[in-house]
Amino acid sequence: MTSWPILSVVTFLPVAGALFIAFLSDDEAGLRNARWVALWTTLITFAISLILVWRFDPSTPDFQFVEKGPWLGNTIGYSMGVDGISLPFVILTTGLMPICILASWTAIQRRVRAYMITFLVMETLMVGTFCALDLVLFYFFFEGGLIPMFIIIGVWGGPRRVYASFKFFLYTFLGSVFMLLAIMAMYWDAGTTDIPTLLHHGFPRSLQTWAFLAFLASFAVKLPMWPVHTWLPDAHVEAPTAGSVILAAVLLKLGGYGFLRFSLPMFPAATQHLAPLIYALSVIAIIYTSLVALMQEDWKKLIAYSSVAHMGFVTMGLFAVTAQGISGGIFQMLSHGVISAALFLCVGVVYDRMHTREIAAYGGLVNRMPLYAFVFMVFALANIGLPGTSGFVGEFLTMIGTFRVNTWVATLAALGTILSAGYMLWLYRKVIFGKLEKASLAAIRDIGWREMIVFAPLIIVTILIGVYPKPVLDFSAASVTQLIDNYHHALNGAQTAALAR
Amino acid sequence: MAAVAYPAILPVLPEIVLGLGAMALLMAGVFRAASVRVVDFAAIVLLVIAGAVLLTLPSGRLVSFGGSFVVDDFARFLKILALIGSAAAVAMSIDHAQREHQQRVEYSVLVLLSTLGMLMLISAADLIALYLGLELMSLPLYVMAASHRGSLRSTEAGLKYFVLGALSSGMLLYGASLIYGFTGTVSFTGIAQAAAQSGVGLIFGLVFLFAGFCFKVAAVPFHMWTPDVYEGAPTPVTAFFAAAPKVAAIAMFVRATVVAFPGITSEWQQILVFVAIASTLLGSFAAIGQRNFKRLMAYSSIGHMGYALIGLAAGTPEGVQGVLLYMAIYITMTLGVFAVILAMRRSTGMVESIDQLAGLGRTHPTMAFLLAMLLFSMAGVPPLAGFFAKFYVFLAAIKAGLYVLAIIGVLASVVGAYYYLAIVKVMYFDEAVEGFYAMPIELRIVLAVCGLFNILFFVYPGPLVGAASAAAHSLF
Repeated sequence: MTSWPILSVVTFLPVAGALFIAFLSDDEAGLRNARWVALWTTLITFAISLILVWRFDPSTPDFQFVEKGPWLGNTIGYSMGVDGISLPFVILTTGLMPICILASWTAIQRRVRAYMITFLVMETLMVGTFCALDLVLFYFFFEGGLIPMFIIIGVWGGPRRVYASFKFFLYTFLGSVFMLLAIMAMYWDAGTTDIPTLLHHGFPRSLQTWAFLAFLASFAVKLPMWPVHTWLPDAHVEAPTAGSVILAAVLLKLGGYGFLRFSLPMFPAATQHLAPLIYALSVIAIIYTSLVALMQEDWKKLIAYSSVAHMGFVTMGLFAVTAQGISGGIFQMLSHGVISAALFLCVGVVYDRMHTREIAAYGGLVNRMPLYAFVFMVFALANIGLPGTSGFVGEFLTMIGTFRVNTWVATLAALGTILSAGYMLWLYRKVIFGKLEKASLAAIRDIGWREMIVFAPLIIVTILIGVYPKPVLDFSAASVTQLIDNYHHALNGAQTAALAR
Repeated sequence: MAAVAYPAILPVLPEIVLGLGAMALLMAGVFRAASVRVVDFAAIVLLVIAGAVLLTLPSGRLVSFGGSFVVDDFARFLKILALIGSAAAVAMSIDHAQREHQQRVEYSVLVLLSTLGMLMLISAADLIALYLGLELMSLPLYVMAASHRGSLRSTEAGLKYFVLGALSSGMLLYGASLIYGFTGTVSFTGIAQAAAQSGVGLIFGLVFLFAGFCFKVAAVPFHMWTPDVYEGAPTPVTAFFAAAPKVAAIAMFVRATVVAFPGITSEWQQILVFVAIASTLLGSFAAIGQRNFKRLMAYSSIGHMGYALIGLAAGTPEGVQGVLLYMAIYITMTLGVFAVILAMRRSTGMVESIDQLAGLGRTHPTMAFLLAMLLFSMAGVPPLAGFFAKFYVFLAAIKAGLYVLAIIGVLASVVGAYYYLAIVKVMYFDEAVEGFYAMPIELRIVLAVCGLFNILFFVYPGPLVGAASAAAHSLF
């Protein structure tokens, strides 16, 4: 096996960088150094995480690079590992962080050191959440992310940042405490919080239902699902650009990942029983929030609502528990991670220049910013789910996965894709096309080389995995197959037991 | 002539050291007019020595005074906590007393005597020893609350504390006498044996006893004195009140409940469930409107005692382990926050309003950061120590099947998070006001130690968790 604790290194390297920044001076040179240290830390972290990909064996569904150590007593340990489901998210996180740092390069001028430290701590907590193989450790990282995000929104956010940060924190905290109680109940039932053990534990039926609901409370808020999504538009609108990127690209995925890692495999009976509830919420999310997005006057808010709609596809696909549905759900999360990140960065580009997010304040940008118009077009179309972009693959797979289980849900979800085309094209026309009439826009600059560096990898990834999604799908295929096998096995086992009685 | 059997001295050695030392310091202060600084320093050294003596006692369960004084792992754990709390309180009072011209030798001596009472209380294994310890702990506290003689607020706080404290002592004694009447013994183990046969009278006594206990730990419905006393008493005294005496009071609560009444668990469990729910809820909701930091800390401490009592309500070794861990982390959080409150001083004097912290993140970045971490810790957010404190008490409550209690408890913690966040908001999101005077070195040390403990607890939680577990199991 591995000779060095590579997962711990990937997880805690950013904190080491943050500590280094904490000891830099506060003058001009120190601020410059802070930016460079943050960038290099995230780049090195990304490079090490690529070693993970290289050494990862996609043919086995088992957890790899496993590390184990004592933590809280004997039964709650420090246990890390990744499988085909979690590793893509680790890469997504580490890959987006350098982009976030670059995107904040000039946009953040106040308290630069604190900003970089907060982001690096955030990275540690997010990567840790995906790598944790112990429920308590998972919760520890999962909840720990609240503090840096609260600070990011509250300190570097927009005019209503206080409201948004409080709403974000309290919503998520409220959802999560129920999960904590469920984790405790599971601990007493199974005697351990080791995730690989719990995956095969077989919880009693009544506990499954309650624990499922408790986990749902947490993940539904995080994902977010309708009707507990209302914190998201506020948080997105007020957060600085890079904060929105992290929020949309990674934090939301924690919810989907949680469903996949815990709800489906650990509570199969409850999943089967409560799947209609999830379907209903997903369909409402897809259609209702798309309609809401149509009405938005704020650029970021529109994308935020679109995120909620796209997450609806994820939950729908995951709870279909078919190979296509789950693969599609994972793919949709990764693809949305890239696309929504890029869309928020697009907003950030013009926001840095104009300091407004009102759609009406823009128009005719194509005349002054052709390059920007192109970039934004790629991601707007990807967000709609145009074939050839990654957005299409995710939506398509989740829909065929669901179609086999519930035709109506898939049909209604398809309606949502039409609506998404509606609001994205409408937004694109308003902002990019037309005559450049507004005097304030007359001198607006096109995107520069630094911004190009930010967008280029995102465009490449979006197109590449849109045209040829097989490598990504193969990556998680073994784990997904095992998850589904175990799920049906557990359900059949429960049925046989019920019949025997 | 038969030889008189003297009680074993060894288990009481730390108390003897502390008692003799306190008297010697009092003499030195009164007759030699030793400087206050020297006495304060000597008091801290004395507390450290007492702790060292305690740790060098032979391990295992030591008994003295015919079984009424017990030193087990439980007592060791909590005594160390109480000594740390007292030592920190003495250290934190030095600068304040100097600036307010309230330097008195008696202050440290009172702290020492009160601490002596705490140690006695923590080890008490019968009702009489318990009462002696309790009064020895409380009487200096009443005096200390009123120690700013010239201040109306301080004297009012002292008087209020004394009157209500006397009332609660009366209730406790009444309960103790009922229990004695129905069981024929005052020793905890004796009560436990007799409890099986005695009926409703014992429960009557238990209720009164609990009323007294709840008063001392400031749990709802006997919490009313807390906000006024916290606000009125001089700030170093409040810092002292919030830490060490709480530890001792919880210790007596736990020991008396677990050792003396294991047979009637269902009876006291429902009382404790109510007390815990009411305390956590009141602590969360009532604190929202507070603008005075000390008053807010009073409500916060009521809430925290509620959480600690959740562990006791479980009535299991896991629960007691949770209580012990909670108290250990609680005193570090509280002392750290009070170090900041004591540093809130400008040219115009002390300020206590939360609004005065505005922009602390810019004016005093380190202080603001550590305070923010302590507040997040109090809210129970991982990765800070406060999370683990709450984790263990709730873990015990879930195991004991107290689901309603656990659910209400976590909901209260969400509400509580709001007002802790509100303070962080003032420090980081609001525009800066004038900074404070530079923090005195002793406050810096207390704040840094407490802050770092809370931040880094997760790295190596094993020893403290293990010690709490061993301590809890020594009671069962």
